[in-house]
Amino acid sequence: MNGCEERTLSAERLLPTAQAALSEGHRFEMAYARPAAHGLEVLYLINRGRGRPFLLLRIPETRTVPSLALIAPLLGWYEREMRELSGIEVTGHPEPYPLLIHEGRHLSVPPLGVDGEDPTWSGETAAPTMPEIEADQVQDLVWGPIRGDVVETGEFHFSYIGEAIIHYHARLGYKHRGVERRFQGLPVAAGVHLAERVSGVGSVCHALAYCQAVEAALGIDVPRRARILRTLLAEIERLYNHFHYFALLAKTTTLKVASAEGELLEERVKQLAGRLTGSRFLRHLLCVGGVRRDIDTQGLDSVLTELGHEARAYLDRLSRTASYLDRLIGTGVLASAAAFDQGATGPVARASGLDRDMRRDHPYAAYELLRFLVPVRETGDAKARADVRDESVREALALAAQASARLAPGAIRAEIPAQASGEGLGWSETPRGSLFYAVHIEGGRLTRVKIKSPSFSNWRVFPLTVHGSNMMDYAINEASFGLTIAGADR
Amino acid sequence: MPLWTWTGLKAGTATAPWPGRGPDGQAGVYGMPRFDPSHCRPDCQSCVACCPTAALSGKGLDVTLDYGRCIACQACVEACPEGTLEASFDWAFAVRDRDELLWHGPARPPAAPRPAPATGAFAKSLHIRHVDAGSCNGCESEIAALNNPFYNLHRLGIFFTPSPRFADVLLVTGPVIEAMRAPLQAAYEAMPEPRFVIATGTCAVSGAPFEGGYGGGHGLSPLIPVDVWLPGCPPNPAALIHALLILQGRMPMRVHGGHYGP
Repeated sequence: MNGCEERTLSAERLLPTAQAALSEGHRFEMAYARPAAHGLEVLYLINRGRGRPFLLLRIPETRTVPSLALIAPLLGWYEREMRELSGIEVTGHPEPYPLLIHEGRHLSVPPLGVDGEDPTWSGETAAPTMPEIEADQVQDLVWGPIRGDVVETGEFHFSYIGEAIIHYHARLGYKHRGVERRFQGLPVAAGVHLAERVSGVGSVCHALAYCQAVEAALGIDVPRRARILRTLLAEIERLYNHFHYFALLAKTTTLKVASAEGELLEERVKQLAGRLTGSRFLRHLLCVGGVRRDIDTQGLDSVLTELGHEARAYLDRLSRTASYLDRLIGTGVLASAAAFDQGATGPVARASGLDRDMRRDHPYAAYELLRFLVPVRETGDAKARADVRDESVREALALAAQASARLAPGAIRAEIPAQASGEGLGWSETPRGSLFYAVHIEGGRLTRVKIKSPSFSNWRVFPLTVHGSNMMDYAINEASFGLTIAGADR
Repeated sequence: MPLWTWTGLKAGTATAPWPGRGPDGQAGVYGMPRFDPSHCRPDCQSCVACCPTAALSGKGLDVTLDYGRCIACQACVEACPEGTLEASFDWAFAVRDRDELLWHGPARPPAAPRPAPATGAFAKSLHIRHVDAGSCNGCESEIAALNNPFYNLHRLGIFFTPSPRFADVLLVTGPVIEAMRAPLQAAYEAMPEPRFVIATGTCAVSGAPFEGGYGGGHGLSPLIPVDVWLPGCPPNPAALIHALLILQGRMPMRVHGGHYGP
């Protein structure tokens, strides 16, 4: 696979190989199973750091793998997913229950497994286990799946005494649409419509990672103008997401005017997106091979400059508001080691001292041509997460301006070879963190697509900052993570 | 220490006077394609072959279009060799009957309008409960935008409420995947009568982008009765306002038998 050094090994050799990688400070990105010619193949993707190729471990023809969750906790959810969707047996897993498929469902075949009968497959589901807490006055609150306000569906369990939260469990999967299964059998060009709908507010980044994966698999060379346009769109997407984030953070800290101003900035970017591309979510522009239409960027610079001034004034006002800072400082602290081990990504990781950004470490699209800084903080609290996003707004504006300045006339789309086969890896740094698409193609059609979404990573991390915190801070802490559920559930 | 109230007042009015007058804020936003199969070549299936949600079906002069399945991706507009499908800014697609979204051949005079469901007291004060039944978060993003200063839904006497017990309207997004069937039903049952339902977005109308499969759905029908159908992927905030005002009888429908009118 592109961008990877590959190693094929047996299931027995997995544990020592993983240990060796971890001892060098490398981190797993994802794991998944795919139907291959002779049964299932299990793949593990390891990130070895800035500028170095990824390491891809392949375990061919296997039904059973040992769990690595005890040494690489972030793999816990990927292993559970392999178990419930692909029918892989994961031995020694510390949390051996389903993740996405709720109790009461019965799937007659593993949806991402091999075709035909699987004698070991039960398809039975079980309820998640909550820790038994034996103490006086402990209250259990099940909040969801339908919650107050206009929010996504998810179910949150709190065990608490008064204000103090003892244990928190986020139950996802209510929005599991089986997206990865839906890709299978689609022609590569059609997959982009689906990728844009995995996480609506990440349409560009999802389409970009998908297209790059397919282009790598089929050896398509994307024209320079298309790569720059893609970069421009991705940064505009980052802007409206970050403004939304600050509006929500201001809302949870009860700053009505600041919330309204943040929402208005978000709305202005969405309207700009609508005028530029015909879609407020910047959809329907990216395609495998480049972009579908050219866009007219005349006047964009002055709009971005004005937006930049207003954003700066807004963010400065926020950072001088004592009541806001009071609620953020020291809230929801995520330690650097936990962030690394549990797989935190994006602004959440960078706020906990992990200096990782796919745009700089593994440049794609046109990022190699552009100059930008990657903001990092060490304290790991809600304030650090807001600071990282604050600076990231500045960088996004700078990147958009540089990208539009570098646009030169030229081709915008390359041909897709017909009936081609291959496999490829695509990635992007979304407003929420790193996103990966791994695609396997046979005869021009997708046979397996794996999505590693940033919210899947950050939802795993988030509860660690809730245990032992208090109810009053919960909404602020959740807002400071900037999560989506659609991306995590897929 | 910033004086937020002062900066807020100083910034002036951000709210669009639309739908009374003025722009709706959707300049340049593509809607559903316009459709006129009289140009079609016999046996041509270019549009049908490229439609990712099977909104188009048939062949040659018999090609037909269901706007309830359309995600406005413009793929058919690019593929059509004859100009049967044309890009447009037609996004106000809310209708009272699902059938109106199906293309019914040449335009015919619209049937006499039925009285709107939510009139009387509801026309002056309407409370919404939103339920996400498996959406991609695009619809949520646009529904949440209704409360931003530009659209400022309160000015129209329409409010969001946290509990279905206080709600008049259920705004449902997503294809209604299996895990959400029971919670959706419970939310609907908890509403006092009379209650109204808006199927919001193409997923809720037909399930099209996420239809079938082990994790999909087919939209709201026949699970709960629907009063207004609003396709769009996602419908923009102005289209959402249009749908709410149709429910109250404060704005007319624009789509009849698949034809977009003034």
